[in-house]
Amino acid sequence: MNNAVFSSRNMTEQEFFFGHKACAGCGGALAVRLALKVLGERTFAALPAGCMSAVGFIYPQMAFGINAIISTFAGTASMLAGMAAAARAQGLEDVHIVGFAGDGGTADIGIQALSGAIDRGERIIYICYDNEAYMNTGTQKSGLTPLGARTTTTPDGSVVGGSTTKKKNMFDIVAAHGIDYAATASIGYYQDYMNKVLRASQCGGTAYIHVMAPCPTGWGIPTEHALTIARESVDCGLWYLAEYSQGKYRLNQRPETFTPVEDYLRKQGRFKHLQSDDIAQAVRDRDARWQYMLTQWSDA
Amino acid sequence: MSVTSLKAKLMQGNQACAEGAIYAGASFYAGYPITPSTEIAEILSERLPQVGGRFIQMEDEIASMAAVIGASVTGAKAMTATSGPGFSLKQENIGHAMITEVPCVIANVMRLGPSTGGPTSPAQGDVMQARWGTHGDHPVITLCPNSVQECFELTVKAFNMAERFRTPVFIMFDEIIGHMRERVVLPEPGQIPVVNRKKPEVGPESYKAYEPVDETLVPPMASFGDGYRYHVTGLTHDETGFATTKPEKMAAHLQRLHDKINNFLPEVVDYEEQSIEDAEVVLLAYGSVARAASRAVKDARAAGLKVGLIRPITLWPFPGEAVKKAAAKAKAVIVAEMNLGQIINEVRVAVEGQAPVYGVLRADGEPISPTEILAKIKEVL
Ligand SMILES: Cc1ncc(C[n+]2csc(CCOP(=O)(O)OP(=O)(O)O)c2C)c(N)n1
Ligand code: SF4
Ligand SMILES: [Mg+2]
Repeated sequence: MNNAVFSSRNMTEQEFFFGHKACAGCGGALAVRLALKVLGERTFAALPAGCMSAVGFIYPQMAFGINAIISTFAGTASMLAGMAAAARAQGLEDVHIVGFAGDGGTADIGIQALSGAIDRGERIIYICYDNEAYMNTGTQKSGLTPLGARTTTTPDGSVVGGSTTKKKNMFDIVAAHGIDYAATASIGYYQDYMNKVLRASQCGGTAYIHVMAPCPTGWGIPTEHALTIARESVDCGLWYLAEYSQGKYRLNQRPETFTPVEDYLRKQGRFKHLQSDDIAQAVRDRDARWQYMLTQWSDA
Repeated sequence: MSVTSLKAKLMQGNQACAEGAIYAGASFYAGYPITPSTEIAEILSERLPQVGGRFIQMEDEIASMAAVIGASVTGAKAMTATSGPGFSLKQENIGHAMITEVPCVIANVMRLGPSTGGPTSPAQGDVMQARWGTHGDHPVITLCPNSVQECFELTVKAFNMAERFRTPVFIMFDEIIGHMRERVVLPEPGQIPVVNRKKPEVGPESYKAYEPVDETLVPPMASFGDGYRYHVTGLTHDETGFATTKPEKMAAHLQRLHDKINNFLPEVVDYEEQSIEDAEVVLLAYGSVARAASRAVKDARAAGLKVGLIRPITLWPFPGEAVKKAAAKAKAVIVAEMNLGQIINEVRVAVEGQAPVYGVLRADGEPISPTEILAKIKEVL
């Protein structure tokens, strides 16, 4: 598998995540499906409470073509650590241990377990599929909900209008641990994503991939726009494609010019209430982030 | 309590709980989304800012419960709401609030467990967890509404009791009550008394944070920022608030925590009786199941059977005296609950062998019907 590069041409026809009950156009389901195409059938997975576990294990369609366990919400990375240790103890060297957790399951309740696993250098792949809210419980705000987004716990009410906090920067947080491999990705650029999953599986230590995975239901977009909006999140610069390993950062894509942030936001119901000030703020935050990445990541 | 305002509304149980919190003067909510309780958070995220309060969505349930304690010692009336998995995560902090005597309210909208169980299925499987979920000996106050109206009223009462007794108070309802919509009559402000914690009457020099000053055994509570500097710890402590390992002080501390509630049982314990006077069969049920049981009593009476019902409104402390009294004249006692047998054991203790105790027990995510209860009545008579 070394140095193999995935493309739509050589991608396997085999499916390891199908027959699930995700909504049409679900970005998370695509993120799981594509990752498993890379990792193959000798993969053990753990998924905490969240949409992917809710839609993936419905009798009689056990939608996973691999061994998979639904973990406790806070325990994903720790259960993965146990699985990895047990596999090693039994001499199973050819397996991948992967977790698929949502943004809430990763950046909020699961961050302690994740941090511990990275610290110990567990041989696991942790994939956060980011749909920017707690979707399975009906779209509440998470630590990865962007500023201004309307959720059911950050209503565009009379006192506050949408989320009052910015998106937590998980990529920087895991990189600051000195993790073996970390990457951001978007299902809109799925080939890039799949190759990152491949590199994660080959890094020999702890790997973290943060994949932007739009949720048509929670974002208020037509189902057929999930992929294009995922691409647009990168093209407008609010999201970015990057990697970290051996102390070095790399930007995989540096758009010469960004597409308008306003176009990206206005397409989504969750941002409908935003005023032009709010959009200007989003643009300023984007520019500050890019300024940071381009100047601080000297090797970017 | 009787409520006679004309402000009638159609409401969901979770919404009534949220509105009850506002009525009781809650100014702080910290929580984490979990079915079937999430509406309480969603509504308070909108309502609290409107009344000058604060809503924080935390990163998990451990954090939510800890934030509630932090807010309460800093002077807020604070609450959180959750369901099974979240209730489990809160337990350590709940014990902390008990030993530090921090008033707060925890709503648990019960779903089928253990673990993820049945997130949208009603259950009453957490009632023993309410009693013994956190470790160590501790007294517990747990209220259990059986209607949307009671969700409102008992949330107000939960805050009142938390403030009166300086203790965490649970309000536990099942998914049916939480999600059901019913007519609710909202009281005018002032119509239901609102209780606030007792503040110290002495100056900071002579204030001992954990020294009771009257027969309530509840020490007056200064908030952080009131000008009183004192120690708060989860370690067993004496009246100064500082940790102690002296056996007699440790014993006195734990004893007072119990006595401050157990010495006032008539004030705390609440239950409702239906046709209990001449009952040969005594039913005991709480929450939504009590509605089915009430129907079963009416149907049984119509069929000439002498059946009555005791409905605990406080599950903890348990109305054992009422049960004992009713059982003395009964041929049989039947407990109906949506679990595999929890409160039934408490009933057996209270009945003291005066009558056989039977269960109508169900833990399959389905409500218990009046027909099932009636069938049991006919079987045991
Ligand atoms: C301890 C605990 N707290 C809360 C929940 C309720 N819960 C289940 S799924 C979920 C939302 C998950 O959100 P996220 O991780 O972003 O995944 P998504 O549903 O968006 O895919 C929540 C809050 C739970 N199952 N366990
Ligand atoms: S709600 Fe969103 S994340 Fe959940 S299954 Fe549907 S599209 Fe996917
Ligand atoms: Mg999510």
